[in-house]
Amino acid sequence: MANAKTARVNVPNGGFPLSALAATRGNNNVSTAVHADVNRRDFLFIATGAVATVGAALTAWPFISQMNPDASVLALATIEVDLAPIAEGQEITLKWRGNPVFVRHRTAKEIEQAKAVKLEELKDPVARSANVKDGDPATDENRVVGGKETFLVMMGVCTHLGCVPFGNQGDYGVVEGNTTLGGWFCPCHGSHYDTAGRIRRGPAPENLFVPKYEYLSDTRILIG
Amino acid sequence: MSGPSNYQPKSAFGKWMHERLPVMELVQGQLMDFPTPKNLNYWWTFGGILAVMLVAQLITGIVLAMHYTAHVDMAFDSVEHIMRDVNYGWLLRYLHANGASMFFIAVYVHIFRGMYYGSYKAPREVLWMIGVLIYLVMMATAFMGYVLPWGQMSFWGAKVITNLFSAIPFVGESVTTWLWGGYSVDNPTLNRFFSLHYLLPFVLAGLVGLHIWALHVPGNGNPTGVNVRGSQDTVPFHPYYTMKDGFAIVVFLILFAAFTFFAPNYLGHAINYLPANPLVTPAHIVPEWYYLPFYAILRAIPDKLLGVIAMFGSILILFVLPWLDTSRVRSGTYRPIFKQFFWVFVLVCIGLGYLGSKPAEGGYVFWARILTAYYFIHFLVILPLLGLLESPKPLPPSISDAVLAKKKPLAPAE
Repeated sequence: MANAKTARVNVPNGGFPLSALAATRGNNNVSTAVHADVNRRDFLFIATGAVATVGAALTAWPFISQMNPDASVLALATIEVDLAPIAEGQEITLKWRGNPVFVRHRTAKEIEQAKAVKLEELKDPVARSANVKDGDPATDENRVVGGKETFLVMMGVCTHLGCVPFGNQGDYGVVEGNTTLGGWFCPCHGSHYDTAGRIRRGPAPENLFVPKYEYLSDTRILIG
Repeated sequence: MSGPSNYQPKSAFGKWMHERLPVMELVQGQLMDFPTPKNLNYWWTFGGILAVMLVAQLITGIVLAMHYTAHVDMAFDSVEHIMRDVNYGWLLRYLHANGASMFFIAVYVHIFRGMYYGSYKAPREVLWMIGVLIYLVMMATAFMGYVLPWGQMSFWGAKVITNLFSAIPFVGESVTTWLWGGYSVDNPTLNRFFSLHYLLPFVLAGLVGLHIWALHVPGNGNPTGVNVRGSQDTVPFHPYYTMKDGFAIVVFLILFAAFTFFAPNYLGHAINYLPANPLVTPAHIVPEWYYLPFYAILRAIPDKLLGVIAMFGSILILFVLPWLDTSRVRSGTYRPIFKQFFWVFVLVCIGLGYLGSKPAEGGYVFWARILTAYYFIHFLVILPLLGLLESPKPLPPSISDAVLAKKKPLAPAE
């Protein structure tokens, strides 16, 4: 104990006494005294390391953040759509935030068929609409806004892996003769959506998302 | 590489790895245990600072390339987009632009340190020549990077510098057309400059690897220029020089941050915030500060070809510096007359830099000619003769003796 102490006292604070410290430890068979194991230099090393780690983390943040959407991307967050020119049975595709949005003017039969589906028949019974509360049921009413059931507005992005589904295809549209009206089919991996854009068969887990939108007038909507 | 390899893997995985890829042995032998002269001063920390700056430029540059568009119609706007829209884009661009200047500040200190302490002398000639090559590639990289924002100075800088090659007899015009990919600096030029500006830093990284390899064969020089005689003259690189270099790097980063945050455009030119206009040359075009001495040499010679030769010659002459300096004494500390000429040379380089920033007229041209002449006389006359005529001061018998003579030793640990 006394040996260890003497040796430590002789270590000059200004120098780099690591070898001296090692020698002290080597000679220090008699004692494993606490002050020989933890000293001021250990504290300095840990404090320096902590400051360096915090500094490195702070420096890293701008390099990570720069890959998030920038101001010019965020500025493209809303679009206005005029519904008047869209005829019954017609569907247009818009680009919003880089993704396709389907706006479909549904026929009476499509609406009727969508309403006839019972919730327990659905693969995903949740509305998946930004215009209703999370977890609301996937009724046809909850898939549109303001009871205006003729217009179905939803993301044209398959909830499986992001392909764009084909319209008027799949096994859940309205069949008249040898044509299909309404319903969507994703060609990538074979997901079938019904006339309200709900997943009915295939690998997609969720209904096509309905983005947030509102009616500015009877024939104009604002998406986003 | 030389150096100790007492590495003994401790863990089972370490042993397994060591038999397949002994990378930890390399790390321990070259980066931790590497015997380093114990008398290195702070001028020796600039190698580490330069390594940090290269990495900083690589990281900020790779990130900027994610947002930049290399097209004459969009390049300028994409840089403004980085400044205004991209998250922290202003910081990334200012770090990269000022980082280039910091890189050159560090490399100039590093080069002058090598000149003062005779770091280029046997057996370190190849180490020195790789260093000159690194400097050349740095200059090419920085030049092409400055063109990318496609402002007025970018464009006219590119035009003037590429036109240097038109001075080559017979093939000059074909060479410039080839460099441009057209009849002037235009979209093909911008695209290839962007490609090369992205490539060359990795070439630099490779050259730095060779530089360090060539350094680790003879080991570091030191302020006395006396060879290491044994283990009493050295300390392990880690922790002694990792700490010393680390401290110097932090101090240098403070300077870097001061420019980036408080004077980000101080080292640039306001006119480069005007989009490039191939029809109008700015009244006064100057390169970035780190090229100014060479620009002064170019303009000092009243002949196109000779001016270009003098300018490139002023850099290429560094390749043969190890054979121009005839003195066998490495360190300027023990060469009383060389020491004075060294500082005169430093002042001449700074003076050339000042003259390079001034218009090429009147007294500025006269002084540029005087200093250009002196620049070459220093290498071609003074250094060869000085080695033969000067009587150096007696060298210390060893590094340890020099250290002990300088100051009273610390109290021994035992």
